[in-house]
Amino acid sequence: MRRGFGRILLHVALVVGAILTLTPLLWMISASFMATGEANSLPPRLLPHSPTLEHYVALFARLDLSRYLFNSALNATLVTTLSLCINGLAGYAFAKLRFGGRDRVFRTLMAALVIPAQVGMLPLFLFLKYLGLVNTTWGVIIPGMCSIFGIFMIRQYALGIPDELLDAARMDGAGELRIFRTVVLPLLKPILVTLAVFTFLGTWNDFLWPLIILSDDARYTLPVALANLVGEHVGDTELMMAGSVLTILPVMVLFLVLQRSYIQGVMAGSVKG
Amino acid sequence: MKGWVERQQSRAAWAFLSPALLLLGLFFFLPVVAGLALSVTDFDIYAIGDFSTVRFVGLRNYVQAFTNPVFGTALRNTFYFVLVGGPLSVFTSLGAALLVNAPLVRFRTFFRTVFFAPVVTTLVAVAIVWRYLYHPSYGLLNLALGKVGIHPIDWLGDPHWAMPSLILLAVWKNFGYNMLIFLAGLQSIPEELYEASRLDGATAAGRFRHITLPSLGPTFLFVAVMTMIGHFQLFAEPYVMTQGGPLKSTTSVVLLMYQEGFKWWRLGMASAFAFILFMIMLAATWIQMRLQRAEAS
Repeated sequence: MRRGFGRILLHVALVVGAILTLTPLLWMISASFMATGEANSLPPRLLPHSPTLEHYVALFARLDLSRYLFNSALNATLVTTLSLCINGLAGYAFAKLRFGGRDRVFRTLMAALVIPAQVGMLPLFLFLKYLGLVNTTWGVIIPGMCSIFGIFMIRQYALGIPDELLDAARMDGAGELRIFRTVVLPLLKPILVTLAVFTFLGTWNDFLWPLIILSDDARYTLPVALANLVGEHVGDTELMMAGSVLTILPVMVLFLVLQRSYIQGVMAGSVKG
Repeated sequence: MKGWVERQQSRAAWAFLSPALLLLGLFFFLPVVAGLALSVTDFDIYAIGDFSTVRFVGLRNYVQAFTNPVFGTALRNTFYFVLVGGPLSVFTSLGAALLVNAPLVRFRTFFRTVFFAPVVTTLVAVAIVWRYLYHPSYGLLNLALGKVGIHPIDWLGDPHWAMPSLILLAVWKNFGYNMLIFLAGLQSIPEELYEASRLDGATAAGRFRHITLPSLGPTFLFVAVMTMIGHFQLFAEPYVMTQGGPLKSTTSVVLLMYQEGFKWWRLGMASAFAFILFMIMLAATWIQMRLQRAEAS
């Protein structure tokens, strides 16, 4: 009897928690389909009276949203691809190749994990300004192209690759780069998928650095464009909600499709870290 | 033969490392060192055009930062966010993890995914959503509070409520992440420990106190440190929702650094802000690790 009651209570708590968690997102979706002004009516409405797509149309037709979508997708894809290659090579080298100074270099990188990115952002801006990279795609993606955390994750995973496998390939006369491509990469696939989702989401959602380095709205990413838009259209609740939906939707879909590897990655990273 | 193989491998290793080390060196380590140098100069908008106007000023920026009332306010606000928001976030995560991990739960994966969903959303987008949820007359939050007889609160317009509002948003946005980490910790506790204590006649509460909590110790330290570090970097929430107001009540150190650096172009002063924050974060991490270690022994 007591057990049954506890079980009901547990599920009530979970359902209430789930409703509270989802309400902001559901309201965002609902309000994005409301007619102009409907979200600011009294008493507040939960569902659109007659759903309309006008705000989505306006975002694409008048406010150039497709350009920001493209910029965000391009930056996130470039950062993900490049950082996986660069971190993958480095992480594998730290895990499996023998060379003088390996532990010292690795320890230095680990120590540098405590330095927050903001500390270097101001000089990095000046540096890129003199290189002519302010307001360019390269300027946005450069700080993300290599990450110490990514190198660390790949190294931890690559430690599990048996040395015999690599030595056998060496016996067959394969060069190190070929071993990496044909033997190591397939074995690293699970961690690479996890890191790819991490990196893509992180780059898509990033705000401070794109805000600093981009000055021309033709290059804005979605979050920067959205923050800019809310300054001019703060009264257009429904329009802003449609913009928020479009910003969140791509990453939410990506997460739902790849959630197994993402969630495993978060849990694994914590246990080892 | 052996020496040749080793040389070969060493060459390959450095070749594999070179893209990463080059990028980190140029675009991370160099800027950090340059930031330290910048913080002891009067680098400002004139210096951007002409480097020769830059003067070495020693620790003047640091001294001025600590006598600047706005920086003091930003530090206080940041500590408020870290010390109130951080623990609130960690305990919400722990609560959610315990609920989701309870033995009798159905649809466990569904609840886990729902609680995690806010983590993958774009902070700027959900900060805009919450800005409307907090609207004093049309917002859902005041509507819900009105149903239980609470008068409307001007969440983002009242200096006393603005920071709690940002904290609530941050808890909602982030608790799912730490929930997952606690779940990993809970699932790594060996079942035999529970069985043994059940045989000894321990109550559920006793098992929680004597097995669950101590076993979660290392996870707790990890979560607490990472959450604290994240909270010290408060920026997008006030930038989007309040612009640091009202009456500077939500101006954080990073927001002030951004304004000082990229609005007023006083990069020397802004770098000093960044380094002060970094030093505080280092000290806070060290203290937290010491505290937990003392508790464990």
